[in-house]
Amino acid sequence: MAKPLPPPRPRLATTGDEALIAEAVVVTRLDRAIGWARKYSIFPYPFATACCAMEYMSLSMSPYDIDRFGALLPRFTPRQADLLMVIGTVTMRQAPILKRVYEQMGEPKWVMAFGACASTGGFYDNYTTLPGIDLVIPVDVYVPGCPPRPEVVLDGLMALQRKIQGEKQRLGPQAVPGEAAGR
Amino acid sequence: MTQAELLDRLPSILPPGALHAGELVREQAIARVDRAVVKDALAALRDHPDTRFDMLTDLTAADYVGRVPRFEVVYQLYSLERNHRLRVKAAVPEEDPVVPSVSSVWKAALWAEREASDMFGIRFAGHPDLRRILMYPEFEGHPLRKDYPLMRRQPLVPERDPLERPWFPRG
Amino acid sequence: MSVARAPGAVTPERFVEAEPASEVMALQMGPSHPASHGTIKFNLRLDGETIVDVDVEIGYLHRGFEKMCEQATWNHVFPYADRLNYASPLLNNVGFALAVEKLAGITAPERCQYIRVISGEISRLTDHLTCLGMAANEIGAISAGFYMLEAREFLYDLVEAITGARLTVTYCRLGGVMKDLPADMAERTRFALKQVRRVLGDCDRLLSRNRIFVDRMVGVGKLAQAEAVSWGLTGPLLRATGVSYDVRKAEPYLVYDRMDFEVPTGTSGDNYDRFMVRFAEMEQSMRIIEQALAQIPPGPILADDPRFVLPPKQEVYTTIEALMNHFKLVMEGQKVPAGEVYVATEGGNGELGFYLVSDGSGRPYRVRVRPPCFYGMAALGAMLRGHMLADIITTFGQINMIGGECDR
Repeated sequence: MAKPLPPPRPRLATTGDEALIAEAVVVTRLDRAIGWARKYSIFPYPFATACCAMEYMSLSMSPYDIDRFGALLPRFTPRQADLLMVIGTVTMRQAPILKRVYEQMGEPKWVMAFGACASTGGFYDNYTTLPGIDLVIPVDVYVPGCPPRPEVVLDGLMALQRKIQGEKQRLGPQAVPGEAAGR
Repeated sequence: MTQAELLDRLPSILPPGALHAGELVREQAIARVDRAVVKDALAALRDHPDTRFDMLTDLTAADYVGRVPRFEVVYQLYSLERNHRLRVKAAVPEEDPVVPSVSSVWKAALWAEREASDMFGIRFAGHPDLRRILMYPEFEGHPLRKDYPLMRRQPLVPERDPLERPWFPRG
Repeated sequence: MSVARAPGAVTPERFVEAEPASEVMALQMGPSHPASHGTIKFNLRLDGETIVDVDVEIGYLHRGFEKMCEQATWNHVFPYADRLNYASPLLNNVGFALAVEKLAGITAPERCQYIRVISGEISRLTDHLTCLGMAANEIGAISAGFYMLEAREFLYDLVEAITGARLTVTYCRLGGVMKDLPADMAERTRFALKQVRRVLGDCDRLLSRNRIFVDRMVGVGKLAQAEAVSWGLTGPLLRATGVSYDVRKAEPYLVYDRMDFEVPTGTSGDNYDRFMVRFAEMEQSMRIIEQALAQIPPGPILADDPRFVLPPKQEVYTTIEALMNHFKLVMEGQKVPAGEVYVATEGGNGELGFYLVSDGSGRPYRVRVRPPCFYGMAALGAMLRGHMLADIITTFGQINMIGGECDR
């Protein structure tokens, strides 16, 4: 978690440029500012495979409206997306595709396992189903349910936003974390 | 025509010697035919004015492991014109799992036979394209055979246990 | 495809002096493509934008349905059946329940049959709304798509009131259904159907005579009647070619023979007819729901047969006989007599058949589902040859390929 903000500076002057700055500028840490910006401009890539896609549709329509959380606009190319939503069962045959899609996404990137199958394989415990996508790619937030109700997904999205806000934000050349970060 | 009447008519419709047995299970007619002539038999059923089975609604197989012959290929026929159904079965031995393809009789058999060969390892002689359809080409074995273990996965990409090697640093 | 030109329009001959040399180009579309709701791959061979040949690869969502069913008891198959065609889970539930009941030789009580008709038709509505909404969405009519999915929400609320779940309902049981309709079912349905009719009216005005929509759909993905029969197409795909084959009429099951409804058919078998057949079917489904609600008799919702039907929870907790019966049914499964059946019902996409083999033990020996959209996908290549690349979207959308059903 982020440290608490330092106490506000005392006002320096009541007139002139300094007064203007004191009125118009919010002082914060760069990390927090970038985190705030990033968490409300999530571009999801819906890797929709199975039943959960029905609930993903409901999620983007008016009654639930994921746009309220800044995450409506789906990008259908992984290069423009920063949240990989894995919606539904991933089979052994799809695992290489999923890995390729994940690798094509630019940093920073996050992954949501949408539903029981993506999280654990669900009740398809057999020869063809990948028992959880975290065997292949890292997962930031798991959303339970078979399929999860839209409310649960919104909860998962807010959890992800909290995580993004609390992260050490990487910029520029250091944006791609090395092996130390575990990726 | 009721299902029993249909069974009675079959010997005169099918090529001689093709019909092994006809039976009625749960009021549904089943014709067991010789696998060598299954294509001719089904074509006759499609074309005969009394049966007119113009649609192959489904084609599948079943594995009766321990029984000789081991496999059965099951054809579900339906006639739009006469609104009746018939199930045709051909027994297939394990050591030589070959059945003539009916893809030239009904196009529906093109993919259905591919699936049966993928899942059961039954070969359909004369089929133009018997690639795997549901499983990937690298997959070994035939998953719906009873002796294929339920849990034998054949991964295409390296997997790592996220508990032993976590993706993210702890803490 | 020939495109009609407005009189006086500039013809390309003025600009193009010689046709460029034709060269066949190979292009892979998919497996993760925005227009393919589900994972699917088209291996295309193109001449310019015209499709010379297309090889469709499916199987990306093969989850081992049939193998899983062989491990489960008969009642445990219902959750798997939900996830076959997840756009219309209740229809799969009903289809499987009817097949097992035929195999076991039991019949569900009359009230239960009405409930199955009502819930099944609600599911058919959600299926068609999803299919048509996404089809409209994909060719740019996004508002129509949003409206239809909004209508679907009203129906999901209804499904939730009946079954307790929005999507994966597991509502049917061997010999009946899980619970009775809610007390205020009639009012809820009236409200939901009113909303659906309002939305469908809007969508009809937005789409049916919309120039862009008509140009994208008419004459595209055409399949002649004889071809369609040979490919084994059923449901809206077959009815669009003019064959009035509907399992509900051809072999009436449940109480469909008491319902007054029509089977809409098309004439040309192109995408526009498929769209309109589905559109007209929704009105018929709503008529069936209203009639069934008016006719539904009171009575039990589960067959009275301790061999197959779980005892009431109250008795399980209070009497040792019911407890033991419950235990045996859950742990060993219902001992369905040995034999085999093929039972066809009208699913969202066409004839949904279950071929079941029992060896007399508590678990199915073989469960085979006849997936209607599998056969539609097989015919996709034949439908697309000679059309343009962009026509894949509309044709694929009208086949309504549902991964869980197609690949199982």
